Amino acid sequence: MTTLTKEAGAPVPADADAFLSVRDLHVSFKTEDGIVRAVDGLSFDLERGRTLGIVGESGSGKSVTNLTILGLHNPMFTTVEGEILLEGQELTTARESELEKLRGNKVAMIFQDPLTALSPYYTVGRQIAEPYMKHMGASKKAAWERAVEMLGKVGIPNPKQRAKDYPHQFSGGMRQRAMIAMALVCDPDLLIADEPTTALDVTVQAQILDLLKDLQQEFGSAIIFITHDLGVIADMADDIMVMYAGGAVERGTVNEVLRAPQHPYTWGLLNSMPRLDSDPNAPLAPIPGTPPSLLNPPSGCRFHPRCTFQDRVGGTRCVTEAPSLGPDRSSACHLTAEQKRTIFLEEIKPRLHQRP
Amino acid sequence: MTEDLVLPAPREAAADAPGEPLLVVEGLVKHFPVKGGFPIRRTVGQVQAVDGIDLTVHVGESFGLVGESGCGKSTTGRLITKLLEPTRGTISYRGKDITHARRKQLAPIRSEIQMIFQDPYSSLNPRQTVGKIISGPMEVNGIHPEGGREKRVRELLEIVGLNPEHYNRFPHEFSGGQRQRIGVARALALEPKLIVADEPVSALDVSIQAQVVNLLQKVQRELGIAFLFIAHDLAVVRHFSQRVAVMYLGKVIEVGDRDSIYTRPRHPYTHALLSAVPEVNVAGEDVPQRERIRLAGDVPSPIAPPSGCRFRTRCWKAQDKCAAEEPPLVRLAGNHEGHLTACHFPEEPTIEARDKDIVLDPALVALEETDD
Repeated sequence: MTTLTKEAGAPVPADADAFLSVRDLHVSFKTEDGIVRAVDGLSFDLERGRTLGIVGESGSGKSVTNLTILGLHNPMFTTVEGEILLEGQELTTARESELEKLRGNKVAMIFQDPLTALSPYYTVGRQIAEPYMKHMGASKKAAWERAVEMLGKVGIPNPKQRAKDYPHQFSGGMRQRAMIAMALVCDPDLLIADEPTTALDVTVQAQILDLLKDLQQEFGSAIIFITHDLGVIADMADDIMVMYAGGAVERGTVNEVLRAPQHPYTWGLLNSMPRLDSDPNAPLAPIPGTPPSLLNPPSGCRFHPRCTFQDRVGGTRCVTEAPSLGPDRSSACHLTAEQKRTIFLEEIKPRLHQRP
Repeated sequence: MTEDLVLPAPREAAADAPGEPLLVVEGLVKHFPVKGGFPIRRTVGQVQAVDGIDLTVHVGESFGLVGESGCGKSTTGRLITKLLEPTRGTISYRGKDITHARRKQLAPIRSEIQMIFQDPYSSLNPRQTVGKIISGPMEVNGIHPEGGREKRVRELLEIVGLNPEHYNRFPHEFSGGQRQRIGVARALALEPKLIVADEPVSALDVSIQAQVVNLLQKVQRELGIAFLFIAHDLAVVRHFSQRVAVMYLGKVIEVGDRDSIYTRPRHPYTHALLSAVPEVNVAGEDVPQRERIRLAGDVPSPIAPPSGCRFRTRCWKAQDKCAAEEPPLVRLAGNHEGHLTACHFPEEPTIEARDKDIVLDPALVALEETDD
C-alpha cells in the first residue's frame, strides 16, 4: 500500500520503497498583492503502480503541487522549499536540462483542456511522435509508427489516417484520448492527470476513466489523479489525499476516506454533494463561508473559520495551533479520534444515508 | 446565512393554481444556418440545434432539462426567454402564443420570465454597482415598488443571503458564489413566475454549489416560482427538479417525473447517461451494483444528424427500423403516467447491474479482453 506520511517537525527520511516522495513542500508566488502561499508544508509518498487521488476545491494547491513536481512553475516568481524525490533524485534543485530528460519520459502529464494543451500547428501524430523521438532516440518513421499504434490503443478509429489530422479536427473526447496517447508514448513510470475529464461530457468521461484504468493495468504506471469530483476519485483512486487551502487535511485509502471520513472538511464535501441515491427532498448541507485567500490564510487550522465543530475542541486551540497530519490513515484536526468517530457515526452518516 | 432568509409574502397574483400549465412548448425547432463559400456566402447547411420538442412547465413546478453538450438544452432555454427567434413551433405562456410576439407585445410577459446564467463573471456588468444591476430590470420595466427601488434591492439582497450594505459595491468585490447570488437577486427583482436557469451552479466549487442550490430551492418553494432548470449534472438536476426531460441531439428522448426517470428509465440513452455518473458509494457493500454501460465515440454532429432515431449510431439495440423510422415520444406499457419515451426497443425499467456489462468502446473492449 502507498504510505502517505507527513511529519510535524523535522523531515523524516523519505520512505525507501516510495517511488515518489514529497517532503515538507512549500511553494509560494510573489504577486502584486503580496506572497501567495499556494502549498504549505505538504508531504506524501507514492508507490509504483498505485493511484493517488488528490481532491480539493479551486485554490487548494492541488495543481500547483503537481506543476512543481515537473518543474513547470515560473522560477522568476516562485519560491520552492522542501524536497521532491523521484527514485532518489532530487527534483526541486535539479537543472532544467535534467528535468527535460524526465518530462514526457519518466513523468508525463495529462491536462484538463486538451485544446489548449495540444499545439494547433502540428498534426496529432507528430505531437505524439516527438517525445518518442527525443527520449527513445527513435527515427522519424519508427516514432510515427509508434504514434499510430498508440492512437489505436486509446481507441481512435482509423488511426493511420487520423494521425495526420490537426487537433481541431478531433472532437473533445478524441483530443483527450490523443493527450493520453502522448502521455503514455514513452511508457512513463508516473502519470500526472490534472482534472483530465472535467471538460468532458459524462458518457465520454466514463469512457476515458475506464480507459485510463485499463491502460494503467497494462503500462503499470503510478498515477496522481487530481480532481474536485469525489465521484471520479472514488472510481479511480487507490488512496486519497484531501487538500484544503494549500495543505493536506486527510489521507487514507479510498474506502477509509469515503466510508469513514474523519475531517470536518471531508464531511462537508460529502454532505454538500447531491448523489443519485440521496434523498432529493432533504436540503444539501453546504460548508458555510468561502475558501480563504492564500495571501492571508487563517491562523491555526486553516479550516477553522468555516468549521462547525470548533466548539467541540474547546478553548482557542483551533485558532492558535495548526493540527498536524500523521502518517498513513490520518486527518489534520484537533478533535480526538473518539470524537471524530462518534460525530461521523451519529451526525454525518445518518444524513448521507437518508433514503427517499 | 441562507437559513434565516426573510421572504416576502407570496403575491396575490397566484390566481394560477399549481398544476396549471404555465408554459407550453410545441414542436419547437431552431436551426442555425451554416454559411460557407466565397465570394458569396451561401447557406450550406443547418445546425439542427433544437428539432421539434414539446415541453410543458406547470405553475410552481421545477422542470429539469438534462443532456450532454450540444444537445440543444441551452438553445431551448434561450428560445423560451425569447433571446432567440424560433424557426418553427409554438411557445405559449399562460395560454397566450408568444412565439413571434413583437417587442411591445412581449413587454408585460418579459418581466414574468427571467433568466439566471451560468457564468457569474460575464453575466454581470463590471462597471455597474450591485444596486444598479439589481434595480436595472425594474428601471427598464418602469416599476416603482413601494418604498423605492433601493429598499426593494436591499430586500432582495437579504433574500439571496447577501449583506444589504453591499448595495454600492461592484461585482469584482464578490466571490463566484456571491456573484451568482447577485444574478439570482436580479432574476427575482421583477417577481417572475418562471425562471430559466441555464447551468446556474456548474461554474462553482462543490461547497459553494450546495449553497446556491439550496438558495434556488428555497426561492422556488417559498415564492412558488416555476423553474426550467438546465444542467448537465444529473445529480444536481435530480435534487432540484420534480420532472425531468432528457435531451439528445435536439430531441427530447425521455420525459417523466423524477423517480421514473432516475430509477425506471426506459430509453437506452438515459440508461447510459445514468450509468456514466461517477458515484461515491458511502454506504458500503449493501447497495446493489449499478449497471455499467460504456458508449463508443462522441455525440454526432447536429449538422447532419442520423436518420430515424438520433441515438441509433451509439445504441446497442439499434436495428433497421431505428434508421428508417423516428420513434415517437409516447407512454410505453408499464410506464407511469406522464413518463414518455421515444424508443422502438426500450430497455427494462431498472438501473441495476446486468449479467453482462455493455461496453461498446473498441479500445476498452480490446484492453478488457486481454485482461480476462
